[in-house]
Amino acid sequence: MPELNLTSAPAHLRHGSNIGQPLTRRDGVLKVTGQATYAADNHPPGMLFAVIAVAGIAHGRVTSLDVAAAKRHPGVVDVMTPDHKPQLAIDPEIKTNPFVFRMEVLQSNEVRYANQPIAVVIAETLEAATEGAVLLAPRYETLPALVGLDAGESFVPPVVGVGNPTENHRGDIEAGLASAQKQIDATYETPPQYHNAMEPHAIVAHWDGDNLQIDMPTQGLALSLARVAELFGIAHDKIHIRSPFLGGGFGSKGLMAGPPVLGVMAAKLVGKPVKLVLRREQMYGPVGHRAPTRQRLRLGADGEGRLTALDHHARTVSSTFDDFYEPAADVSHTLYAAPAIRTSHDAVRVNTGTPLFMRAPGEATGSIALESAIDEMAWACGMDPLAFRLKNYAEVEPVSGKPFSSKALRACYDQGAARFGWAKRPLQPRQMRDDAGLLVGWGMGTATFPALMFQAEARAAIRRDGSGVMEIGAHDMGQGAWTALAQIAADAVGLDIDRVAFKAGTSDLPDAGIAGGSAHTATAGAAIHSAGAAVIAKLADLATGDERSPLFGAGNTGVIAREGRLIRRDDESRGESYSEILARAGIAEVEARGTGAPNPATMEEYAMHAHGAVFAEVKVDPELGQVRVSRMVGAFAAGRIVNPRMVQSQLFGGMIWGLSFALHEEAVTDKRSGRIMNANLGEYHVPVNADVPPLDVITVEEHDPHVNALGIKGVGEIGITGSAGAVANAVWHATGVRVRKFPIRIEALLTQR
Amino acid sequence: MKQFDYVRPASVAEAVAAAAQPGAVYLAAGTNLLDLMKGDVTRPDRLVDITHLDGLDGIEHLADGSVRIGALVSNADLAHDADFARSFPAVAEALLSGASAQLRNAATVGGNLLQRTRCAYFYDTASRCNKREAGSGCDARGGENRTHAVLGWSESCIATHPSDFCVPLVALDAVVEIEGRGGRREIALEELHRLPGDAPQRESALEPGDLIVAVRLPKAAREFASHARYLKVRERTSYAFAMVSAAAALRIENGKIAEARLALGGVAAKPWRARAAEDVLKGVAPTADAFQEAAWRALTDAKPSGDNAFKIELARRIVVRALTLAAAGTPARLPALPASPFASTSGAIHA
Ligand SMILES: Cc1cc2nc3c(=O)[nH]c(=O)nc-3n(C[C@H](O)[C@H](O)[C@H](O)COP(=O)(O)OP(=O)(O)OC[C@H]3O[C@@H](n4cnc5c(N)ncnc54)[C@H](O)[C@@H]3O)c2cc1C
Ligand code: SF4
Repeated sequence: MPELNLTSAPAHLRHGSNIGQPLTRRDGVLKVTGQATYAADNHPPGMLFAVIAVAGIAHGRVTSLDVAAAKRHPGVVDVMTPDHKPQLAIDPEIKTNPFVFRMEVLQSNEVRYANQPIAVVIAETLEAATEGAVLLAPRYETLPALVGLDAGESFVPPVVGVGNPTENHRGDIEAGLASAQKQIDATYETPPQYHNAMEPHAIVAHWDGDNLQIDMPTQGLALSLARVAELFGIAHDKIHIRSPFLGGGFGSKGLMAGPPVLGVMAAKLVGKPVKLVLRREQMYGPVGHRAPTRQRLRLGADGEGRLTALDHHARTVSSTFDDFYEPAADVSHTLYAAPAIRTSHDAVRVNTGTPLFMRAPGEATGSIALESAIDEMAWACGMDPLAFRLKNYAEVEPVSGKPFSSKALRACYDQGAARFGWAKRPLQPRQMRDDAGLLVGWGMGTATFPALMFQAEARAAIRRDGSGVMEIGAHDMGQGAWTALAQIAADAVGLDIDRVAFKAGTSDLPDAGIAGGSAHTATAGAAIHSAGAAVIAKLADLATGDERSPLFGAGNTGVIAREGRLIRRDDESRGESYSEILARAGIAEVEARGTGAPNPATMEEYAMHAHGAVFAEVKVDPELGQVRVSRMVGAFAAGRIVNPRMVQSQLFGGMIWGLSFALHEEAVTDKRSGRIMNANLGEYHVPVNADVPPLDVITVEEHDPHVNALGIKGVGEIGITGSAGAVANAVWHATGVRVRKFPIRIEALLTQR
Repeated sequence: MKQFDYVRPASVAEAVAAAAQPGAVYLAAGTNLLDLMKGDVTRPDRLVDITHLDGLDGIEHLADGSVRIGALVSNADLAHDADFARSFPAVAEALLSGASAQLRNAATVGGNLLQRTRCAYFYDTASRCNKREAGSGCDARGGENRTHAVLGWSESCIATHPSDFCVPLVALDAVVEIEGRGGRREIALEELHRLPGDAPQRESALEPGDLIVAVRLPKAAREFASHARYLKVRERTSYAFAMVSAAAALRIENGKIAEARLALGGVAAKPWRARAAEDVLKGVAPTADAFQEAAWRALTDAKPSGDNAFKIELARRIVVRALTLAAAGTPARLPALPASPFASTSGAIHA
């Protein structure tokens, strides 16, 4: 095995290509100069434009479409409807595996939610297709829409999230509550939220005979390819998907959704390449969202502020035709050492598109409720919220009793609190003002996210000129995979980053799994690491078995790969370059594959999570109720940091999202029609620059020998958790008003002067 | 998008003639109109592009002491005109609190006055809306209406006018110069926007073909320059429409309010001049009690049109605050966060 070449030489800071270095994005210049080709930037010759017509009702049936009017419009080529469309090879309602979700691809006239695709107009120009879609003037038979958390009879789903048990207990909740000196029983609500990636969902589909070329942003190349293959009944090797760059995805581009499938169908129908791009408002429906929740937390604590019970129940919704249940209560499994913990979920069905994974699915929604409830309990116990959390610090994972593979949360609390100046916080709310008279409050939250691993494969090669190749169908969603994974690749093959051709982002490369679950760097990185090790081992075999090599007899564990050379572990002065080895052996290239996968034995033995502590300061106008976050500090422990710059950006982004969760984001749904009334970036608020305060991110040193070979835990989602609660708790500390319905609105704070 | 004709008239007279045709509308910067067209909310047959007309993009100081702002002056240029901002600080502050820098660079004075409501049901063509389609109904009633009107609304429409700019303008007695088929005329800005009554589709006093050519601020409006503020409460720190806003301008002589001007935004289908409140302030000292009294007067007729009762209380508090800020004096420089409750945050915290 080659050693990881972790250099700390300052000279490497700019020139280094290794794990741990804060390299800037390798694709940054391409992006800022407009040369990065996103899916919708492709224009194959002869390409037509497809525009989706969407349902104006949330429930019912389309009774008529004026196809003739649309077709009469100049430039319109064809209109795809349930009666006029290419046949799919399988019924899209069939769930062929747990990662297949039902989609609307004109299989019937039924309308299951507002903004569901009901027809596709294909035209020579975008404008003609758009007008054609309007001219369809659909008529409906409208049925009452199911809307909201009380839309109907609730039920207990079989699983939540991806296969998590719906209920979990440890200990006796009722006994724990009965023995408690202090109790909290509080109900929190979180709204539906939409991913709103900057880049809309887009596809350019091009059939050439039965070969299919697809340009489409995806967080899961292999899963998307498999879904297209089964829907269209073609072999995997006939399909080529390119997804070099994504303008964000946040979970909404993970699995194949209906609209890109409609793009492929449209291209088939007209026999020409077709581009289909969703309009912003069309992203509020067929491509997933975060479901609303209502969460009841019952906490008990003894006279010393030790939790005696933690009961977390979450009500959520799914669509009327498929199942995804936001696992909001599960966040209570890992953080606080209550002797009795129970988590449970129930759900109702509503007329929406199926909710799906959205950045920190479950953790984000659950965390704001749990961290608020913990804050309420700390206050009930008369304790500082940090002291209360330390008192209930979990030394082992509370729900399972397993030891943590690593947990530097105490250091996160310490370093974050010190940086923030938390020690000066008055216990009572509504005690601080700034010199303009604004109320000031300080709040905190604990961040947590599981350290997951999926499956991935990579192919590595060393070429005769001494350069390396690393191939993996990985996904750069904007998070920096092009850079971080290339850094891992460079170390894996013992070369400078500029000497390794790093290939990613297309479906003909080895399967990198999915860019989700904050597991992409860990999973793809592990595959890269093992492919690199394997190719170096082959190279070492060539050298150590050859009498002419200075490495002869060293055995392949007796050599180290460094800077394009293999050297003897026992005598670093003896070694030779990769090209020398290959030249002498008369071989153009050695190659090897490696995989990354979770290790069931360590999963059995350890609880594996990243942690963090977030501290927020808010200012609130005492009379007018407007809130502004003025400062945030987040300290996170997430194992090995591959690229501190990318990691900082991910954590910044997560913290901003947390702020957004607490104060801004909400899809406003009309209770009568089930239509979303703010499906645009003007009225669906996310923070603007003026809302984002100076952010301070601390990455706390954490060595984890168990999670995976590289010790990586992932940072993509954890930043939201903790942050949302910290902001909400700071609003309480500023005002003395506990708002339990998110986002926190002005009217909730007008109650008190 | 529906196909339409595009004409670029060479003169104001040609513009008026072109726009008087049925189905024709004026196109200024298009920051509102094009959004409405893309969303199919309005489907004009003809766009009359006025952005190339000469002589409508100047800020003139007239002999009678008034200031005349051409209809094509951009929101940003007007706000950044140092002389204008000094004379009418509340107007500059209101302009800079609106939209985003990019939009303000494009948006025109005339377009800002005539921008349409942000009522979500007006934008949503699947909903019923009397303003978009006369007589079809109003889905905002009984719908998501926490941001809707609390003054001057009717059963047929509860929408608000969203402009920030118009609020201090109406407080300062701005006059709108109009070129129409019958020649030139002028009306008080207060008369430009109509309350909905039973015809919410008729939003302004303009007739087909009427072109706003300028907005004029009278000489008397300058006399408030040292005590004039705009305050806007919104759901994020920038780039959001007002939940409720207020423009307050005072003329203070010998410690007493010689004259007060007050208008509210985000509360009605027009910028809402609060004359009853102005009256109670006349001749009294600028005290908290006087401002409270003014706030009560300003909202006497207010009533919720849905889940928005809180806006009435919020409006009262904004009135008090805006008057308090105005009384304290116009700051020497416009705050970095114009019109924001966070405008004067310096950072120091006291327990
Ligand atoms: C995302 C977003 C946020 C915004 N936020 C704010 C905000 O916070 N505060 C705020 O006040 N505004 C806000 N606005 C609205 C913005 O101020 C208006 O869109 C802008 O002022 C319109 O000016 P325009 O020149 O683009 O007008 P256009 O869009 O070209 O025209 C608007 C209307 O006025 C008519 N018109 C234009 N000029 C004349 C004229 N001279 N005579 C007769 N009719 C005319 C047009 O026919 C059209 O009906 C926002 C807009 C957007 C898109
Ligand atoms: S409030 Fe006015 S603009 Fe809104 S839906 Fe009703 S009629 Fe239309």
